[in-house]
Amino acid sequence: MDFQYANVLFGLLFGAGFVVLNVSIVNRILAPKVIDPEKTTTYECGEPTIGSAWVRFDMRFYTVALVFLVFEVEVALLFPWAAAYDTLTQAGGLFAFVEVLLFLVILGLGYVYVWRKGDLDWVKATDAQTSNETVGVDNAANGN
Amino acid sequence: MSMDTKTLVDWVLGSDAGFWWRFAGVAAAWALPITLWVSLVGLISIWLERKISAHIQCRLGPMEVGPHGALQTIADGVKLLAKEDLIPDGADRMLFALAPILAFAGTFVSFAVIPFGPDLIITDLDTGLYFLAAIGSLEAIGVIAAGWASNNKWALFGSVRAATQVVCYEIPMGLAFVTVAAVAGTLSMTEIVEQQNGMLWNWYLFRNPFMPLAFISYYIASLAECKRAPFDLPEAESELVSGFHTEYSGMRFAIFFLAEYAAMYVVSALAVVLFLGGWYTGIAPVDKALAASPLWGNVVGALVIITKSFALIFVQMWLRWTLPRVRLDQMMHLCLKVMVPIGMFVLVFAALWQALLPYAGALNGREALYPTLGSVTGLVVFLVLVIGGWMWVRGVIRATTSYKTANYRT
Repeated sequence: MDFQYANVLFGLLFGAGFVVLNVSIVNRILAPKVIDPEKTTTYECGEPTIGSAWVRFDMRFYTVALVFLVFEVEVALLFPWAAAYDTLTQAGGLFAFVEVLLFLVILGLGYVYVWRKGDLDWVKATDAQTSNETVGVDNAANGN
Repeated sequence: MSMDTKTLVDWVLGSDAGFWWRFAGVAAAWALPITLWVSLVGLISIWLERKISAHIQCRLGPMEVGPHGALQTIADGVKLLAKEDLIPDGADRMLFALAPILAFAGTFVSFAVIPFGPDLIITDLDTGLYFLAAIGSLEAIGVIAAGWASNNKWALFGSVRAATQVVCYEIPMGLAFVTVAAVAGTLSMTEIVEQQNGMLWNWYLFRNPFMPLAFISYYIASLAECKRAPFDLPEAESELVSGFHTEYSGMRFAIFFLAEYAAMYVVSALAVVLFLGGWYTGIAPVDKALAASPLWGNVVGALVIITKSFALIFVQMWLRWTLPRVRLDQMMHLCLKVMVPIGMFVLVFAALWQALLPYAGALNGREALYPTLGSVTGLVVFLVLVIGGWMWVRGVIRATTSYKTANYRT
C-alpha cells in the first residue's frame, strides 16, 4: 500500500538491471571478441557503406506526429472524465455526457479539417487530383 | 483505493509487515516471479510461434531439441548468450547500448499492474490503466533510439516506421481504454476485473452493444503496438533486412526479441483484464467457490488469466501467418480514417448507454445470473463482427489471389 509508485521504479531498475546483467556481464564473459574492421562496418547488403544514415527524412512523419499529439492530449484529458463518469452520471444525469460530447465535437471539427486538408493520407493528393476524384487510399499507388 | 485489495507482497507477508520487510518483498517479487515469468513467456511463445507457423505451413518446425523441440528456445538463448556483441563503427555507442534497456525496461515495468490473480499483482495503482497507456510508449522510444543509433539506413527506416505506427495506434488504443474506464468508473486493474464477476455475460466484452467494437479495435491496435503482422512494417524482413535491430547481435538482439514477446503477453493480458473477465472463469458458482479460498482463488485465477492470455497470443500468431503485411499508407488509412472514428463513436455511445441504461448491462459488482439487454445485444454484435469480418477477409483473399483455393480442398 505505502509505496505504490516505488514499486514501479523498482520494476524499471530491475528491467534495466536484467539487460545490463545479460549484455554487459554474462555475454561479455561468454562471447568471443575477435576484432576485424570488416565486421564492424555498417550493414548495407554487402555493398560498401555509402555515407551516413543520419539524414533528413520524410516531412510526412512530422505531420503524423502533429496529428497524434492533438489526439493523444485528447485521450489524456478523457481519462479523468472516464474515471469519474459513473459518479458524475449518478449525481447529475446527462451533464457529464453532454460535456464530453461538446469536447469531442470541437475536436471533431479539427479532425474533419485535417481530413479535408488531406494530411491523414500518406500520399497527399494535389489540388488537381482533389477536384477530380475523392481523396483516398487508392491514390497512394499512383503517387508512389 | 480500498484497503481490502491486496498485492502480492501483502498476500505473502501480511499487511502489517514492517517497512524493510515490505521493501525486500517488493524487490524479491520483481526479481523472482516477474523476471522468471518474463523469461518463461519468451521461451514458451517463441517455441509456440515456431510450431504454429510450421503447422500452418504444413511443416513440423523444431523437433530435435527436447520433445517436439520444446527446449529449442533455450538452446537458442544459450547460443545468443555466447555470440559476439558487435557495435558498428558509425554508431552512437551510448544510445546503441541504451536502446535495448529502454525497450526491455518499458515492457518489463508493465508487469507492475498486470494481475495474475485476485491478490497476485505487484502494485494495484489507482491509475493502473493510465499508467499502462503511458509506459507503453517507452518501448517505442527504445525502438526509435535503436534505429537512430545504429546509423544504418535499414534501421532508420524501420525506426521511423515504428514511430509512425506506434504513434498512430496509441489513439484508438487510448480511446478503447477510455471506453472501458467510462463503463467501469475506475482505472484500477483489480477493480476493473472485480466488476466482471458473475456469469460470462458480465464480462465487459458483452457489457453493451458497443463494447465488442471497442475490443476488436483494441485488439487491432495492440497488434500494431507489438509490431506484429499484419503491422510488422518496422521490421519487415523482406524489405528492411530486419528493420530497427539490423545492427544488433548477440544478447542485445535477444533482449529486443524478449521485449517483443513479453509485450505480446502484456497486451493480451490487458485485453483479458479489460474485456474478458480477468481471473474469473465466467461460471458464477465456480468463481464464488474459488473466492472463498484465497489460495485456490489465486492459483486457479492465475491459471485462468494465463490460459486466456495465451489464447489471445495464439490468435496473434495465427493472424501473423495468415495475413499479408499492410503498406504504410494502408496502415495510416486504417488507423486515422477507420479506427479513430470508430473509437470515438464507441466511446460516445457506450457512455450514453452507461448513462441511460446503466443496469441494462450487469450492475457493477452485482451478480447478474441472467443475460441482460446489454449482454444479449453485445453478444449479437460480437458474433456479427467476428463472422462478418471472417467472411469479408475470405472474400478479399479469394478475389485477390490468382490460384483457385478450391483446388486445395479435398
